[in-house]
Amino acid sequence: MFKSLVSKLNPVQLSCGFHTTACMNEVRLLSRLRVVDNSEIGKRAMAEGKPPKVICVYNKKHVGYIGDRVLVAIKGQKKKGILVGMKQKQSVKVPKFDSNNVVLIDDNGTPLGNRIHVPIPTILRTILKEKTHSKGADYTKLLAIATRFV
Amino acid sequence: MALAIRRSTSEVFGAAKWFIRRDCRALSTLPEKAVEVPVEKKRDRPVVSRIRANARNPNLALRHVYPEFLPDPNPKWRNSLREKLERTDMLNRRKQIDIPEFYVGSILAVTVADPHAQGKTNRFVGICIERKGAGLRAEFTLRNVVDHQGVEVRYDLYDPTVHSIQVLRLEKRLDDKLLYLRDALPEYSTFPFDMDPEILPDGTPVPVNPVQVKLKPRPWLERWERQELQGVSNIEEHLKEKDRVRRELRKEPWEKYDLMKQYRKTIPIEDQNDIWAEVNHQLKQLQLTRKKVSRKRTFGVPKTQLG
Repeated sequence: MFKSLVSKLNPVQLSCGFHTTACMNEVRLLSRLRVVDNSEIGKRAMAEGKPPKVICVYNKKHVGYIGDRVLVAIKGQKKKGILVGMKQKQSVKVPKFDSNNVVLIDDNGTPLGNRIHVPIPTILRTILKEKTHSKGADYTKLLAIATRFV
Repeated sequence: MALAIRRSTSEVFGAAKWFIRRDCRALSTLPEKAVEVPVEKKRDRPVVSRIRANARNPNLALRHVYPEFLPDPNPKWRNSLREKLERTDMLNRRKQIDIPEFYVGSILAVTVADPHAQGKTNRFVGICIERKGAGLRAEFTLRNVVDHQGVEVRYDLYDPTVHSIQVLRLEKRLDDKLLYLRDALPEYSTFPFDMDPEILPDGTPVPVNPVQVKLKPRPWLERWERQELQGVSNIEEHLKEKDRVRRELRKEPWEKYDLMKQYRKTIPIEDQNDIWAEVNHQLKQLQLTRKKVSRKRTFGVPKTQLG
């Protein structure tokens, strides 16, 4: 009885099945990314219109931020990648991109391609250096194939 | 008798309303819209009143050039001591580097010290799409398309790591915010990094660029059709009948008559007079010294060309 009265007074709020706020553009499970290096698999996936899908974000929040390592499903394979450009709101002086960009790497941190054709945020120099441990994977190899920093 | 009193009170109320509206419009901190000129030609009185207000108080022209000197009008965040300290800090910072006059729609080049690459600087060129914040928290956003990839960078105006802010093209656009450039075709936000600064002759008013951008087809980041944008040309092409109906339902044409809302959005004229009296002299001095320096530079010794 009460519920029906409320619904009569305010029919929109109860049947609200759509977004009323702007989306956060976060990288989470199953979000699509854009491969920005010239690796063969990445180029073919983007050309076919089947961009890679995130199937794991390697941090405790399960939300990918800039410089985080992700596992993506690309053309039926599992590949690791590093997020090098984010669409979500960034802090001051960190560039915000129009797409979520990823560079594919292998387990040692070596990039699969040999050229990145979009600008790379310079804050990655610090972030990737901190993530690299001696005897572990070396992620700073990615910086060597970047063409431009912003 | 009673009827006469009632009528007279209503007249007084109406007159007061008219006064308040006139002052509020002259006081708004929001940037002046370019389209106002043709609209206001029909109504003669507000134009005259604005000119009079500006003639009476030259300080009021400053609020468009230095909007960050006016505090946030929200009374929760007002604190006169903090505002005063911030103003002195801002003036001290302005003595160190030249923070030029710019508006949303101007093209800027910002050079920042790069802590991630030792001893290097980072230069970014882009169109200013948003400018907000008051006091030391004033910030602006630059947008550019680099290598077919849209990039936006947000900068603090009074950031100590900023080496220089250079205005490459000083102009305004038709809207207060250009966030729709994110959904526009990329050529409207593409600017080369080696752009030469365009110098306007002294005393010319800031030109308004009447360019209207074309939006990409949907999905969009925001509902641009509801925002009454002037700088978009093809918004009707992408709308369905449903969107037009919703837009009509969501319109709030009474907003502009909401005097209290306007009052809350603005800083009262008495407060503004105090603020500008405090900073005006120093700002003028800074401008004069900059002019002298720039003149010296223009009449400097020409470089000898080798070879």
